[in-house]
Amino acid sequence: MNSEELRNKLSEVKDKLIKTEEPVNNRIYLYCESESSYSVNKFLFEEVPLRFVIATGIDGDGCFEILYHYSYDQTGCVVNLKAFIRDYDNPQIESIAPFLPAAEWIEREMHDLLGIEFKNHPDMRRLILSDDWPEGVYPLRKKVTK
Amino acid sequence: MKTVKINQPVIPVGPLHPLQEEMECFRLTVDGETVTDIDMRISYNHRGIEGISQSLQFDQVPLLVSRICGICSASHPLAYVQAVEEIADVKLPDRARYVRTIVAELERIHSHVLWLGLAGHFIGYDTVFMWAWKYREPVLDMLEAITGNRNNYGNLLIGGCREDISDDLIPKMLTDLDEIEKKMDMLIKAVTDDPVIHARLKGVGVLTKEDAVRFAVTGPTARGSGVDIDVRHDDAYAAYDELDWSVCAVPEGDVFAKAVVRLLEVLEAIKIIRQAVKKLPKGPVKTNVKDIPPGEGTGRAEAPRGETFHYVRSDGGNRPVRHKARAPSYVNVPSFKASCIGQKLADVTITLAAVDPCYSCTERLAVVDKRTDEVLYDYNMLLKLSREKTEEIRRHA
Repeated sequence: MNSEELRNKLSEVKDKLIKTEEPVNNRIYLYCESESSYSVNKFLFEEVPLRFVIATGIDGDGCFEILYHYSYDQTGCVVNLKAFIRDYDNPQIESIAPFLPAAEWIEREMHDLLGIEFKNHPDMRRLILSDDWPEGVYPLRKKVTK
Repeated sequence: MKTVKINQPVIPVGPLHPLQEEMECFRLTVDGETVTDIDMRISYNHRGIEGISQSLQFDQVPLLVSRICGICSASHPLAYVQAVEEIADVKLPDRARYVRTIVAELERIHSHVLWLGLAGHFIGYDTVFMWAWKYREPVLDMLEAITGNRNNYGNLLIGGCREDISDDLIPKMLTDLDEIEKKMDMLIKAVTDDPVIHARLKGVGVLTKEDAVRFAVTGPTARGSGVDIDVRHDDAYAAYDELDWSVCAVPEGDVFAKAVVRLLEVLEAIKIIRQAVKKLPKGPVKTNVKDIPPGEGTGRAEAPRGETFHYVRSDGGNRPVRHKARAPSYVNVPSFKASCIGQKLADVTITLAAVDPCYSCTERLAVVDKRTDEVLYDYNMLLKLSREKTEEIRRHA
């Protein structure tokens, strides 16, 4: 697929997205709500298919954002799927690790550092924080409560 | 008949293990000699770099991220500055792109040769270790002559490079490259023809192409399993698209295949450096970048171990509001779940080593006389010695 065909392929999930942006050449940003993140991720990984790079969890403005970064290596395009978790006090999102083992660690890391709950994750133990770290303290949040 | 359930024994490798340079723990469940499950534990050395980065100014971050890894100390800052340059839409001077390429490829040579030495050591073949260490030294000298440091070069700035390659250095670099290539040819031939190495590495720790895709591995780990991805080619940065070189990939997926990929890449790296040095454009090596506008950018670089990925978000202030760094080992290490299970216990150390795992490195040194508590070499003394040595190398250029 060339860049144009990739854009056409991505437009197949248009209904599940809030919007699509391409601020610079070869960098595509897709925006969605947390509810549709699982199905869009599944589409990107299995049907396009893209290579999963990593995910970034962000403590945003009154909500959490998760950016799933994918790479389309034929054209060198980075596709970023940005999922918004609106419920700040009880952040939850469906885990993508059941079909994408590469995402297992990063979801555990985001759970440790930001306190985001990943539903149906196969192994939600701590990855980064030590075992004696207090429950409910998330060091990468804007306001860290001690 | 009554059946008795016997718990399978678990063999811990780590957190501190003589064959590992860093802290990590692998808990191997074994049935006799065969590994049936593996559990990994990392983060004994978590330094919170992403958090620290958000408290630094944009131009201070390259020095911080170069300390993520002492070996990949060109790749991390390179990915970071490319992410920021994407936000600020910076047009790099041509010479800067070439200098970045040369430093990145020198790093690849010394890192791959270091891996080869360690791999030899892991299988009890210490001659390879000694050779590798000896022939890696001139590469480090060359890096020191260019950047002033053997490792942790600190050579990258947003908008260019800190140190330029002086014209006096170029003839010596070319003759040194010829010498390094000769030695590497010898080393590669010796290693790839050796029946002992064949016996220890072929068919061991196979990562299939399907698993390589599922675990999204990168770098020589992917290319050794027939997945021909390479950021230098796919999303070309620096000067890679102006030079003649090829991506090295082989299909077998075993430890030997990963070794072959790394050795071929050493030769390709020499080829790249030679061309880049000959074509080195004239002009400045940095451009002035004043403000970073609001926005987000992604930068990536092909480190010796695979793709290094950085994501930066700016709100228009002088610090990143979010900075994510992903080292290649973060995706390569979990693939042990596919490559180690079913292996013999004795083959596991080399399989674990095959992805060239890198958790964190870089230590500081002081020499103290145990009997008198007298500090023989302190930081300033070491700094002075180091500067004298750099000057010495440059004088011989």
